[in-house]
Amino acid sequence: MANVAQTYDIAPQPAAARGVLQLVLRNALPFVVVGAIWEAVAHLGLFPAQFFPTLEAIGATFVRLTASGVLPHHALDTVLRLLAGFALAAAFGVAVGVLMGRFRAAEDYLLPLVAIGAPIPGLAYAPLFLLWFGPGNVPSVLLVAFVSAFPIVYNSWTGVKAVKEIWLRSAQAMGADDRRLFRHVILPGALPYIMTGLRLGLAQAWRILVAVEMLASVPWGLGWLIFGAQEFLNTDVMLAGIAVIAAIGLALEKLVFAKLETYTVVRWGMVTT
Amino acid sequence: MNAERIRSWRRGATGIVVVAALYEIVARSGAFAPALMPSLTDVAQTFVGMLADGSMLGHAAATLYRVLFGFSFAVLTGLIVGVLMGRFRPVEQFVLPLASALMPIPSLAWVPVFILWFGLGNTVTVLIVFYAALFPMLLNTWSGVRAVNPIWLRAAGAMGATERKLFWKVIVPGASPFIIAGLRQSFLRAWIAVIGAEMLAASDWGLGWVIFDAKQFLNADVMLASIVVIGLIGFFTERLVFGSLERATIYRWGMARMAKG
Repeated sequence: MANVAQTYDIAPQPAAARGVLQLVLRNALPFVVVGAIWEAVAHLGLFPAQFFPTLEAIGATFVRLTASGVLPHHALDTVLRLLAGFALAAAFGVAVGVLMGRFRAAEDYLLPLVAIGAPIPGLAYAPLFLLWFGPGNVPSVLLVAFVSAFPIVYNSWTGVKAVKEIWLRSAQAMGADDRRLFRHVILPGALPYIMTGLRLGLAQAWRILVAVEMLASVPWGLGWLIFGAQEFLNTDVMLAGIAVIAAIGLALEKLVFAKLETYTVVRWGMVTT
Repeated sequence: MNAERIRSWRRGATGIVVVAALYEIVARSGAFAPALMPSLTDVAQTFVGMLADGSMLGHAAATLYRVLFGFSFAVLTGLIVGVLMGRFRPVEQFVLPLASALMPIPSLAWVPVFILWFGLGNTVTVLIVFYAALFPMLLNTWSGVRAVNPIWLRAAGAMGATERKLFWKVIVPGASPFIIAGLRQSFLRAWIAVIGAEMLAASDWGLGWVIFDAKQFLNADVMLASIVVIGLIGFFTERLVFGSLERATIYRWGMARMAKG
């Protein structure tokens, strides 16, 4: 049983290095298999090369577009739009959510409105926003902000309400004023929820941004790149664009949020990893 | 407590009425063209009109058909592959890297590619819905099966349960809270994806299509009426379908407790 050695950690040191290599190989294998199948189908010529390009062709397009600066420009504009919308949503959403958690009146007035707005997929508003604000950056950023604001508001509200009554009372008993109470008790206490809200909000914003870019006919952006390539039957450009989208999506999840969590809530001991 | 409850309700209603009144004032003041910002009475009239001539029902039926088709395929695939992943390590080792690479790609990014491959029409929309709904189902089923307490498995095994009985009587109920959470998430994503896909892969029916098409003719009232329908369908599926599913399964089996209040 190979498992026993692992469980009791009596494996000799070199095994660790081999373990990493094995892990990399194991994770690469599925991609190699799928890639080989793709190559076989593409080279067999079952479909026209224009619709089903080989991986070399996609790679070459990727390198060409990256070298000419077109792909980075598209990617940059998409990321900027995402960040602008998300920043708006985070500022507004956390503020509203905290207000709702702290003040009964705010909760009573706002909760029904949030509850009505939340179940409508944000993308349904896209044509309306385009009608109101014209095509371009303004409706895309606003729509992204609108969509990601809901989970942020909701989770911030829940987080503030979940702060233990006993923490509030003991801080007050020790003479904390409202400001200190907020800064040192409520905010750290609600933060795990707020982080969840931010993460959900960003994920939702990311999921619709590409579609919004297709609809809003912005001059630059990965969504537009893919959508525009459809007209010229450039499947290689589309797939190169999708690869960049996947990379950005993965980076958002693994780098931005995993890091943010370790710096805040994990360090403060609010959650354990 | 009761007086407080009434105050909450009154305030909530006031909030909604104030927002609606503000909208109505702006819409009627003529600051914006009525085509862009129709008054609520106009929206209501359009809504009733579309219901009466049956077009709204047609659009809703087309959208529901697409979403249910794609969603059912996704649920079936997600369940089967998820269970296999949870039970057999090689399957897990093969599927998991692929799933984590494909998952961060928003489903709607595939719309142009699928349009090239399959042409405009239902296939594209159904496939996009499938893509959107597949991953939450897959990953939730997988974690659910893995989260089944090994003691239950051993106890059932010791009492002589066959592999098949083990599956239906222990693993499925044990994983059910995760599976139902997966169904919920999947439907939510499918519902967003179907609207987006209908807008982009325009056909001639569907709630997403009717909103997008209304933009061309500056029919903001049609848009708002359809948005209301989209919201209502989403809300009722979430509350009624998944709510009663939860009550019939995991609450009854004692796997999860209903939230208080």
